[in-house]
Amino acid sequence: MLAADGTPLKKSLARALRMQKIRALLLIAPLLVFVLVTFLAPIADMLFRSVENQIVRDTLPQTVSRLSAWDSDEEELPPEEVFEAFYVDMVLAREQKLHTRLGTRLNYEKTGLSSLFRKSGRGIGRFDTDVYTDALVDADPSWEEGATWEDLFSNAGVRSALPFTASTWDRWSAVLGADGKNSSEEDIEDFIVTALYTEVSKGQGAGVDARVDQAASAFAGIEPISIRSQFADIDEDWADPEVWRTIHTYAPPYIDGYFLNSIDMQKTPDGIEQRPENQRIYLMLFGRTMFMSLVITFSCILLGYPVAWILANLPMRTANLLMILVLLPFWTSLLVRTSAWKVMLQQQGVINDVLVWLGMVADDGRLVMINNQTGTIIAMTHILLPFMILPLYSVMQTIPPSYLRAAKSLGATNWTAFWRVYFPQSVPGIGAGSILVFILSIGYYITPEIVGGTTGVFISNRIAYHISSSLNWGLAAALGTILLAVVLILYWAYDRIVGIDNVKLGG
Amino acid sequence: MANDASFVEFQRVQKSYDGEILVVKDLNLSMPKGEFLTMLGPSGSGKTTCLMMLAGFETATHGEILLDGSPINNIPPHKRGIGMVFQNYALFPHMTVAENLSFPLEVRKMGKSDREAKVKRALDMVQMGEFGGRRPAQLSGGQQQRIALARALVFEPELVLMDEPLGALDKQLREHMQFEITNLAHDLGITTVYVTHDQTEALTMSDRVAVFDDGRIQQLAPPDTLYEEPENSFVAQFIGENNTLEGVLKSVNGDECVVTLDSGEEIDAKPVNVSQPGERTKVSIRPERVEFNKDRLHADAHTLKATVQEFIYMGDIFRFRLRVAGRDDFIVKTRNAPDAVRLKPGEEIEIGWLPKDCRALDA
Repeated sequence: MLAADGTPLKKSLARALRMQKIRALLLIAPLLVFVLVTFLAPIADMLFRSVENQIVRDTLPQTVSRLSAWDSDEEELPPEEVFEAFYVDMVLAREQKLHTRLGTRLNYEKTGLSSLFRKSGRGIGRFDTDVYTDALVDADPSWEEGATWEDLFSNAGVRSALPFTASTWDRWSAVLGADGKNSSEEDIEDFIVTALYTEVSKGQGAGVDARVDQAASAFAGIEPISIRSQFADIDEDWADPEVWRTIHTYAPPYIDGYFLNSIDMQKTPDGIEQRPENQRIYLMLFGRTMFMSLVITFSCILLGYPVAWILANLPMRTANLLMILVLLPFWTSLLVRTSAWKVMLQQQGVINDVLVWLGMVADDGRLVMINNQTGTIIAMTHILLPFMILPLYSVMQTIPPSYLRAAKSLGATNWTAFWRVYFPQSVPGIGAGSILVFILSIGYYITPEIVGGTTGVFISNRIAYHISSSLNWGLAAALGTILLAVVLILYWAYDRIVGIDNVKLGG
Repeated sequence: MANDASFVEFQRVQKSYDGEILVVKDLNLSMPKGEFLTMLGPSGSGKTTCLMMLAGFETATHGEILLDGSPINNIPPHKRGIGMVFQNYALFPHMTVAENLSFPLEVRKMGKSDREAKVKRALDMVQMGEFGGRRPAQLSGGQQQRIALARALVFEPELVLMDEPLGALDKQLREHMQFEITNLAHDLGITTVYVTHDQTEALTMSDRVAVFDDGRIQQLAPPDTLYEEPENSFVAQFIGENNTLEGVLKSVNGDECVVTLDSGEEIDAKPVNVSQPGERTKVSIRPERVEFNKDRLHADAHTLKATVQEFIYMGDIFRFRLRVAGRDDFIVKTRNAPDAVRLKPGEEIEIGWLPKDCRALDA
């Protein structure tokens, strides 16, 4: 098709609509940017943390690369060279105070590693490796000066012959440089000399440079020091293959460990298996969150449906007045409402006092209605009820009363007329309200935290704990991702069964 | 006891919603079996309230409603067995057409094969046999109307109520459906109470029409009587087009009287609900009964001078607006016959009528 001026009709239509599109985009742009920056980007970043695990590789690069050759299934410690690399990595990490962070991270996987790393950070300076330095300085005092090393590693031949020492020197220079210092002006450290020893003593770099040969002859008579036993001296846990297996397992930059953890599983040398019974918590919490959210949703339907019905069938003025009462809870803070339930429900609270006063409950048999599931269900049903009533009301408003009359005139009893004719038409409202209430309650945090006690808390409380107390953000992110996935799956299932176009929030 | 002459009966029925105003005042009505009765009136005249009381959705504040001889005031709507067609059809949107029709049979615990047979027969009756599987939203207004009708009839009620069922249709479809509904009602022999505010509908469809105003039946009569012999000025004005002239009764002579108009001229009329000379009266004359050919009138008949204001050509008829007795809104209609006169605006003529066509009513 061609337009009047001969251009294709589609093209001229697109041109005509372009201004409209640009205008629409400009109108939503501020919100779009706001949402992207403050909502989507942080969520994406947070969710990414559930698989991200750069810290082991970044802190212990040499150890990780040497550990990859180690067969973790063996009941044996990694070879000496892994310990040598670990020595270098740890000293550098300690200089940057990164070793405690790594310890905290690995502690999520194996308890005790945090203190092990802390302790090792303190002990690592007292290694017996100073004998290497002494021997070298004895041979030539200029070895003590950083400038000598600087010189040595500016030689490309030396660098390729002694890659481990060269990279150690480079990292050390970088660490000092970050502190505003120049490595060529500093005294040499034992761990660099040790790195040199490990390579030179194996004959690497022989004949490449006179100084390397000089170092080789200086080292010649020294009894080698076992770095492995040096570590074992700090803490015998370093001689436990289990510790090394943990580091090995969590060495990759992206891992599924947080997710396994979220569903009470763990990685072992034999593969993935369930955690011991006393360490399982998350599946139970997920189950409880689902179950209680369902109970809350059903209570909301049960309580909200008759209210919405009344509202929809009253004259407009009265309905509006009552609607304000329904919305009244929104005018008070969530915290206040939840605390009010605490006052109401506790054992010395208003409800129990009244029941005791009425003689319905013995004074020593006061009902336990708070700090358990009952408390959470009562308080959350109350708080989420408006989210059920509003969509129900707006859907019911669109159902003309003549349908019920028609059904009755056709011979249906009140109940049949309601159940066969009115109820099916109000299902979209129930659907919308249920989705709203269920999704809100599945991620609810404040109310279960205050009135839930230990048996009434949700998975979200655990996520909050990991975010703000244990600082295990990776696990929190994994739990959150699972929660998000569950919501999306339920949403998808709802769409398949009921159809999402059947959901009406209004009109 | 039950008799065919009063199948539906309202006895002194009153209805008030707020305890202060009577929406229905002293309603008495008796309907024989098989009659098609229309309740006609302006909105707020109480006609729909009467229908709802009969259906059982409103209770009478006072008085008795009898169906087939027995009072139904305390019978809930679903036990009355009255079919009803609603203004917006009220077809259940979540059911197919066949399910809609099957619903009244299901609640009556009818067997599946019986239901299917009846649904099919009802659909065929309204020529919608192929639409059983559709949803109401997939049907046009006229088709929905037919389905609503079929649903009200499928359980074979003896009484069917219709609440402005054709209000939402366009004119052509409405006229067609009027015809269909009347035929169906007569063929099936069902008693029908039909509520409308459209007088054409009332006149063309009904055996009898009850004209409602102000909570009362103003006149209950067959359409022709209603049109030609209105009993009061409300009915005369409400039904069809009508010219009204006001004046005072001068003399009465049996079936004829003379009225002195407010402009001083005298006319012949038939006294309907005035009898005493000196009484104020509104005389009513239909536009098509006005003559301007003096030969057709009595020699001594009173005539009025008229000035043609406007000539409106309407195809099958001509319409003239005349200035008569000081009023500008006097309408005269003539058939577009070969010998019809086309008067031009400004022409002066004399008009008159047969005394029996001019009814002197209450003022």
